[in-house]
Amino acid sequence: MSKFEFPPSIRSRPVYGTLEARLGKHHLMIADAEGAEAIIGVATPELMAKTHIIYIPKDTDFAEKLRDLKPAQFYQGPSYAASVQRIRHVLANSHMGLQVYLAGTEGLMGQAQNEAMQAGFPHTAIQTEHRGSIARRMQCVHCKGITEDVEIDPFQCAHCGLNLFVRDHYSRRLAAYQGVCIDAEDPGNVPESKGIYE
Amino acid sequence: MSAAPQRVKAGAEKIDVAVSAVVPLNDLVTRFEFKRRDGAPFPPFSGGAHTVVEMNDNGRTRLNPYSLMSDPGDLSTYAISVRRDDEGRGGSLFMHGNVKIGDEMIITYPVNLFSLDLRARKHLFFAGGIGITPFMSMIAQLERSNGNWELHYACRSESLGSYVDVLGYKYPGKVHIYYDDQSQAIDLENLLDGQPLGTHAYVCGPKGMINWIHATATAAGWPELHVHSEEFLAPEPGAPFVVRLCKSDMTITVREDESLLEAIERAGVDAPFLCRGGSCGQCETDVVAADGNFIHRDHWLDDDEHASGKKIMPCVSRFIGKSLELDR
Amino acid sequence: MTLHFNDETFRDDYSFKNSQRAIDRFPFPFHEDSYMYSVNMEQHRGGPADSIYEMRFDVDEHYVAEMHDRAMVLADDPLRCQSIPHMTLAGWDLLELIMVSKSEDYPDLFELHRDGDTWRWVNKPLGIDDTFTFMDETTLPYGPMEYITRQAQGDFCVLDQRDENLWMDAGMITTQADWSLDFDLGMNFFEWHAPVPLAHEKGIFVRALKFLLNIQQGAPARRLNWTMTVNPLLDTSPENYHKWGIQKTSVTPENIGSKQHLRVELQTFFRLPRSNALVFPIRCYLCSFQDLMTKPKWGRRLHRVIRDLPEELATYKGFIDNRPMMLDYLSKFDDGQPTSPGVFPDAVPEPK
Repeated sequence: MSKFEFPPSIRSRPVYGTLEARLGKHHLMIADAEGAEAIIGVATPELMAKTHIIYIPKDTDFAEKLRDLKPAQFYQGPSYAASVQRIRHVLANSHMGLQVYLAGTEGLMGQAQNEAMQAGFPHTAIQTEHRGSIARRMQCVHCKGITEDVEIDPFQCAHCGLNLFVRDHYSRRLAAYQGVCIDAEDPGNVPESKGIYE
Repeated sequence: MSAAPQRVKAGAEKIDVAVSAVVPLNDLVTRFEFKRRDGAPFPPFSGGAHTVVEMNDNGRTRLNPYSLMSDPGDLSTYAISVRRDDEGRGGSLFMHGNVKIGDEMIITYPVNLFSLDLRARKHLFFAGGIGITPFMSMIAQLERSNGNWELHYACRSESLGSYVDVLGYKYPGKVHIYYDDQSQAIDLENLLDGQPLGTHAYVCGPKGMINWIHATATAAGWPELHVHSEEFLAPEPGAPFVVRLCKSDMTITVREDESLLEAIERAGVDAPFLCRGGSCGQCETDVVAADGNFIHRDHWLDDDEHASGKKIMPCVSRFIGKSLELDR
Repeated sequence: MTLHFNDETFRDDYSFKNSQRAIDRFPFPFHEDSYMYSVNMEQHRGGPADSIYEMRFDVDEHYVAEMHDRAMVLADDPLRCQSIPHMTLAGWDLLELIMVSKSEDYPDLFELHRDGDTWRWVNKPLGIDDTFTFMDETTLPYGPMEYITRQAQGDFCVLDQRDENLWMDAGMITTQADWSLDFDLGMNFFEWHAPVPLAHEKGIFVRALKFLLNIQQGAPARRLNWTMTVNPLLDTSPENYHKWGIQKTSVTPENIGSKQHLRVELQTFFRLPRSNALVFPIRCYLCSFQDLMTKPKWGRRLHRVIRDLPEELATYKGFIDNRPMMLDYLSKFDDGQPTSPGVFPDAVPEPK
């Protein structure tokens, strides 16, 4: 099982749920890696007949299982970046009555959620289920650069090199958590990194 | 903070007006237009806002909310349309029967509990009968900003179709009328199907119409937050009941033809209020003790709060039973 | 009343100084000898003559210098002023509110002439005389919110009201106490307050939101908030924290009186009419410890408040490390005498 029990946190920290089939004319499911398991968990033949799955396997091998669900449409992308064009196109051509389901890593869900919101879909109606990696997308509040796949605290900004501590404060708009300079008041005094959830 | 503490006055700010026009539209609906007595322009407002009109009905003060239907871009005049309700508590009858051009009245600054979601890609309006009024100002506002909107308006009959002529004339193609007495009905499922992502629907009309549109949209997979509704809740008359106001140390009787809030005010107790229609939460009152049943008619408290018997919205709700004590 | 405008800086050489008048009218925020969060709202309808509460948007001796500092912050970091497109209407509402209020409250400094939609705005202290068409962005050098808030002291959060919540969808934020507009843009009331310790559990934000959702046109409200800043630095943003954070360590027992500043925010709330949005101006006032100590009541009270403040609050407000040094300094001004309730300093000077 690839589910992680996130500790309770502050109000801006996203809380993920469990996917459920909802009434709707079309269903769009976007997932990465172990997120496939969440889709498999909610799939029924009736639902899949109206579903478009966009899937980024990363290092896992769930793709075949997803194809076997016989969704109306299926796309397997090598990366989220490669999938973005397709996601935008599908959303731009969607109508009211669309249901959106996101599953997998926080980074994938946050970015896909943003695309749906840009297209006019309210974030509260988007279903999310976390599976797999607990790594975070972090925005450096100083240079605004995003560092992907951060699992340790503190970490170094991949753009400007500052040492940043990991906050739970999360921006839906940026699909990232906030990283703030850890040694501003005592330059060079950077504690040893630990896992974010240690 | 104690810098210059002031007690918050109940209700919204007031404006002294004079009636500048009284225009009967049909058997049931009359439009009233107001100008400010000081000659200044009215405050700007957002489409969907309402004003609370103060009426002095033979020594009895009534405060009734009415949607502003005038163009927010023309602040020389405020206009409302009132549907005569022969079974109501008398507010509409007062307006229809007593108000003439030149009369001086007091109305409030606009309050908006039914506003447009300005992020919407498209606004889909559903009006039933007098529910057309908030959409008149919303449409005027959207026209000035090139907004994307469409109106579906159900009327009982052609003769009772208020503003059908002017709407059809000004906005051909965007306005669709349905006459009940000709068995014309909104083809709702098909209408909702195919609306662009980011469409918001707004309903103002009878409870049944509101429920129907909410239910159909939900069944079609529309997010709840994309369906907005305003029901004109007038406090309904009901059997009289006795209430003990604990803080004020008095016992009052709520008469058949007044709301609990009006009875409290009649007793000289200053209770907070704003919309007077069960939607804004300002008049929320704690129940100290109760032996009986609540008749909750508001849109503010949630189901748990209604069931708890610990809160009541006196502007629209009532009580039947042995005793009721409130924290007022 | 002729207002003299200081030529001063809020960075580098920090030449900022409060005149005696500024000290006398400083919004000391503590009405009793201890502090805890509350929904301490009151109506914003004037106040004592010459107080900061008297006018809708207070203009003081720091006006011109603060606007210059804002311009510098924006030149370095344009992301401090953002407006999601659907908030442009609210921007016009805010422009009208500030122009009407200032021209009425300070007729010697500001003029507004309106002929239908053709408006002429004169801002004498900043040397501005602009004619434009109301609601037509192409006739202003910036969007309406940015245009007018470049001429108004304090930060401005413009909040969209929808779905029983408030959403931070636009703002001009250059004098903030350590939060990022760029990060918080798009968040709702509970989300942008997420990092505040203790308050959520007390239900503070649920009650505050209910109050704010019901603020109506013509009936604005206000409250005070406070924190601490070393040096009269306005731009204490997270964006620049890696540059200014170190200044906190420059406080010594010898310089704490002049360097340590109490930073008070006058927060006001106005309903905006055409958009139904809510504007939340956050006006920042700074006063050095040594200037505060010239009011005996404030000296006694500040010591007691800081001494007894829960650790989580002192940490969240960023001064936990300097607290011991602050208390060493402040305790010298606390002789244990009782203090009168209320925020204002006692009028009668004390016998020596």
